[in-house]
Amino acid sequence: MIYLDNNATTPLHPKVKEKIIDFLDDYGNPSSQHEFGRKVRQMVEDARKNIADFLNCDPDEIIFTAGGSEANNTVIKGAVSCCAFCNVSNTHIITSAIEHPSVMNTLKCLEQQNVEVTYLPVDEYGLVNPKDVQNAIKKETALITIMYANNEIGTIQPMEEITKIANENNIPIHTDAVQAIGKIPVDLKKMSVDYLSLSGHKIYGPKGIGVLFRRKGTKSLCPLISGGHQENSMRAGTENTIGIIAMGEAIKQLNLEMNSDVKKIKYLRDKLESGLKKNISNISVNGHSEKRLPNVTNISFNDIEGEAILLRLDMHGVAISTGSACSSGSLDPSHVIIALNVSAEQAHSSIRFSLGRENTEEDIDKTIIAVTETVDFLRKISAI
Amino acid sequence: MNDTNWNYSDKVKEHFFNPKNVLKISEEKYKADGVGENGSPVCGDMMKIYIKVKDNRIYDLKWKTFGCASAIGSTSMLSEMVTANDGMELEEAMKIKPDDIIKELGGLPPNKIHCSVLGDKALRAAIKDYYRNSGQADKINTDKESRVVCHCLNVTEDEIKMEVLEGVKDFDTLQKRTKVSTACGKCEPEVRELVDKYVKKFYEKDIYSGE
Repeated sequence: MIYLDNNATTPLHPKVKEKIIDFLDDYGNPSSQHEFGRKVRQMVEDARKNIADFLNCDPDEIIFTAGGSEANNTVIKGAVSCCAFCNVSNTHIITSAIEHPSVMNTLKCLEQQNVEVTYLPVDEYGLVNPKDVQNAIKKETALITIMYANNEIGTIQPMEEITKIANENNIPIHTDAVQAIGKIPVDLKKMSVDYLSLSGHKIYGPKGIGVLFRRKGTKSLCPLISGGHQENSMRAGTENTIGIIAMGEAIKQLNLEMNSDVKKIKYLRDKLESGLKKNISNISVNGHSEKRLPNVTNISFNDIEGEAILLRLDMHGVAISTGSACSSGSLDPSHVIIALNVSAEQAHSSIRFSLGRENTEEDIDKTIIAVTETVDFLRKISAI
Repeated sequence: MNDTNWNYSDKVKEHFFNPKNVLKISEEKYKADGVGENGSPVCGDMMKIYIKVKDNRIYDLKWKTFGCASAIGSTSMLSEMVTANDGMELEEAMKIKPDDIIKELGGLPPNKIHCSVLGDKALRAAIKDYYRNSGQADKINTDKESRVVCHCLNVTEDEIKMEVLEGVKDFDTLQKRTKVSTACGKCEPEVRELVDKYVKKFYEKDIYSGE
């Protein structure tokens, strides 16, 4: 089996797996004062420090959540709710048209409570224009939230520029960096976003753990889950200690291996892309050719439909994903591909290949053959 | 209910992985007696059906489909249903409903049903095309008309059912798409009931197995 769906989720890093297994008997509650608790508290804080070192921030600025979606929800709902902005109906949020559903649907929900949301368009490559951010700002703007890199096409936004605009206008800025982390350098001293979201399972850690970075001195957010004093009262509930320790280890491994892994992954991605272009006519790559995550290529195979490609490749033992409507459970194809202003047909035909640290040259050679065969077969029976 | 349901039956998989009766030669060479088309690439599904008729029976049917696994699988299934036992009589083939195909396939996930709806429509279009080509156009209007629910906008119960199959799950969306009940509005309560009825019918379970 060849796994090319690493933007959906990643396998556990062997070191992370080892760490989890070794930890399983440490059941202490990190809030307890006795030895059982103190031991686990120390491990939780070590994990927090690993993450802070990697991001170049302070450990106090790291809040553990149940994942990227929870981190996104905490910032967006927190930014407009009880604490500083009681008058929800008089606030405004700026975002982009290609955000992850955990941002998009959270904003749709706030719109029903009369929060005004500006969805900035993207160009044909998926880029937000920083000037549009500047122009969308008004005195009610309570938050700017723009994803660092897109999950479907991999386009990397000019976050430093956008952040500068937000800072100059004194508007809190959040970025969903779930897909960026581990693939491109993220330095929180260089880029002064106020909030940033991460997820464990996209970086060879387990599911159910994520991180919200909240810069010191930014306004306090109303916690999504209220209760005990855990995570500086920003996220109540006894910590997911297994997840936290595993995420700390995953980040530690990124620190050690990211540079060499990314080089290899980018080489393989480029090989896959050029191999497919050489073998198959009438295809187009969605997204930006350079300002793009090194592990992703999103390709439209015109005249055939994505789910059919997905399932036939699955039969060949190659796992990928598609932006076609048939796989989304709705009638509409991917909002990201549609936002690039390409035809709906092209969106229905789009396939995402996302590589990871375990992929080999042999995987790519086999994938090129399997995709070529699949596309050829489906084009022969296509009514277009 | 799970919106992304991958529970394709073995029959669907079989027809998707090894589709039967695909048109492999050019249309010109095949020389069909009737050709029908349905769907559009914009919606993600489009199929074309080619039939050959002798003694009022469809003795051969070929097809081409742009679409997902269930669209390909259901057209392939339909092609076998129509050509089995020396071919189906035209009148009988005209009456094939999505439910008949779904039953043969062993059920489909609800969000996939609209894909299989296209095959029978394309087949009817092909039969009508054959009637026109062979000077029997008078036979075309024998379709039983569905009951009209909204008399102002001429919307039938069948249309409402089809809209639900294609993903409409509430009255407002249906109204946007069909303009139903936008004139006198008298039929609105009945239309709402029909939407609820079909939503319940098609989406209650993870697999819809036909009537």
